[in-house]
Amino acid sequence: MSAANATAPKPDAGTERPAARKPFRPDRKKHRFGYDVLGLVAFAVMAFPVYWLLVSAFRPNREIRSYDQTLWPSSFTFDNFVRATETRFFWTAIQSSLIICVTSVLGALVIGTIAAFAIGRFNFVGRRPFMMVLILVQMLPPTAMLIPIYVQLNNLGATNEYWGVIVVYLVSVLPFTTWMVRGFVVNVPRELEESAMVDGCSRMGAFRRVILPLLAPGLAAASIFALITAWNEYLFAYVLLQDNDKYTLNVWLMNFTTDRGTDYGGLMAGSVIVAVPVVIFFMLVQKKMATGLTSGAVKG
Amino acid sequence: MSADTAKTGVAAPEEAPRNSSGGRPGDQARHEGPKGNGPKRRGISAVPLPYLLIAPAIVAIGAVFAWPLVKTVIMSFQDMGRRELWSGDSPPWVGFEQFANIFGDSQFWAVTGRTVLFMVVCVGATMLVGLGLAMLMQRMSTWVRLLLTGALVAAWSMPLLVATSVFRWFADSDYGVANSLLSKLPGIDLQGHNWFINPWQGFTIIAAVVIWGAVPFVVITLYAALTQVPRELVEAAQLDGAGSFGVFRHVVFPVIKPVFQMVATLSVIWDFNIFGQVFLMRANKPEPEYQLLGIYSFQKAFESSSFSQGTAIALVTVLLLAGVAVYYLRQLLKTGEVE
Repeated sequence: MSAANATAPKPDAGTERPAARKPFRPDRKKHRFGYDVLGLVAFAVMAFPVYWLLVSAFRPNREIRSYDQTLWPSSFTFDNFVRATETRFFWTAIQSSLIICVTSVLGALVIGTIAAFAIGRFNFVGRRPFMMVLILVQMLPPTAMLIPIYVQLNNLGATNEYWGVIVVYLVSVLPFTTWMVRGFVVNVPRELEESAMVDGCSRMGAFRRVILPLLAPGLAAASIFALITAWNEYLFAYVLLQDNDKYTLNVWLMNFTTDRGTDYGGLMAGSVIVAVPVVIFFMLVQKKMATGLTSGAVKG
Repeated sequence: MSADTAKTGVAAPEEAPRNSSGGRPGDQARHEGPKGNGPKRRGISAVPLPYLLIAPAIVAIGAVFAWPLVKTVIMSFQDMGRRELWSGDSPPWVGFEQFANIFGDSQFWAVTGRTVLFMVVCVGATMLVGLGLAMLMQRMSTWVRLLLTGALVAAWSMPLLVATSVFRWFADSDYGVANSLLSKLPGIDLQGHNWFINPWQGFTIIAAVVIWGAVPFVVITLYAALTQVPRELVEAAQLDGAGSFGVFRHVVFPVIKPVFQMVATLSVIWDFNIFGQVFLMRANKPEPEYQLLGIYSFQKAFESSSFSQGTAIALVTVLLLAGVAVYYLRQLLKTGEVE
């Protein structure tokens, strides 16, 4: 970075503006080359772990257990995936993950949307403190909550129950769901709601018929972010659940590491299985976010 | 929840308002308009409604965040062990004994020092690399920028567990690609080298995962902030004879400073709470020299079954973080995000 900067004495180009404009451009192209090389190096560093994950997942085990790892894949196999999906508790893990994530995200979405509507539309005493609480609770260290929650659920006899984990996940994703949906509520013009009410809608009707459809992209984005977060969580699931057939996918992934060593081929294949939905949804959100935001900008 | 929650979590709400900031001023005006003649009409019927609407959220947050936090404080002054956990008896009160035990334990101070050092190194490296890459992205060709953005988004979307597994696989002593690549360099033979025997080397690998996972958010946020720097200002400064460093210090950085501070503060909080990367890298059983405050508290509670010690350590962590959190809130208030 600094080296590339040193070779670009820009101020010289701007002494006489109109005249300097023309030689400035080809000059610039030459400088770009250095930046491009650095950019490609950064690309390689950021992309390599993802690349290695994929390569290792599709590599036969004899190549994985080799002292000389080749950077390019020379053969291709689904063995690792077959082995991973044939491990015990794989299907129950998928089932647990889906039940826990979908339920908690739906719950968070309902509670979060009505709270977001309140803080995005009304000005009331306690609104700002409420918003600050939403931010502050996200900064708590996980163990500060984990230990008391474990003890509490243990007293209720509810460890190893789905609902304990569901409640924890629901509330964990609630603050940023609320915060994010609120950003979209603020962008829906108040006049739309008011004109619906002038036309005879009740407040509830106006919310359901006018606001909610306009919030749809925001809700989709918020729910996907929440889903990703819940899907990626493992610590609470690991501690609060106890039976192998209740564990979520993330905890299942730990089974590849045993005291005798790690089955890296299986682990990488399992990781791909866990990561693929996340990556797809993440790309989806980025797009949704963009369209949601640009459509707001056009109206504004 | 864990750090990965926060990473996708807080990142998301950060994005939404900031990206829409283009439409912000008009937005605000739009809201001022109806408010002028609105409140009287709406006033009476609207009073209880907002409270009704946020009530479920408050109950939920109270149950899963506030109550456990209160419990953490209470338990820290008791002595809760395995017996109390299973019998359901209320544990005896011991006053400040847990804290006296903790502060008298040299391991606690070692862990705290390690946590702070690890946080400082990770945040420093993340912010430096992040700012460098963001500025680089402004200057590189479009196709390189698109490639890099793709890689950043891919890295960002990797679940923490998956990313940690990949880095553990890199550093595997027998078949890891790190050893076999480094051994190709002349004069280095790392075949069979175990990176985790020496905690300094082990933490280098752990820091690599943390930084690799944190950089995308920083780059993308800072890059968005950098596009807000007015071109005319930069050109004017160059005309006045400022060098590239001068332009950065006096023109570019002041514009991106609020965003930079915000991201840095968030990174401090996330990296202080690091748990998963260490926990998973050491196969769920980190050795004493790999303990950070979160791990230390977790192991005291769930491995030594001394739940009260665990909560006391967690409480100390919360108090250490409180200052940073207040600082973050003040910045949020200043930028008007909480309006």
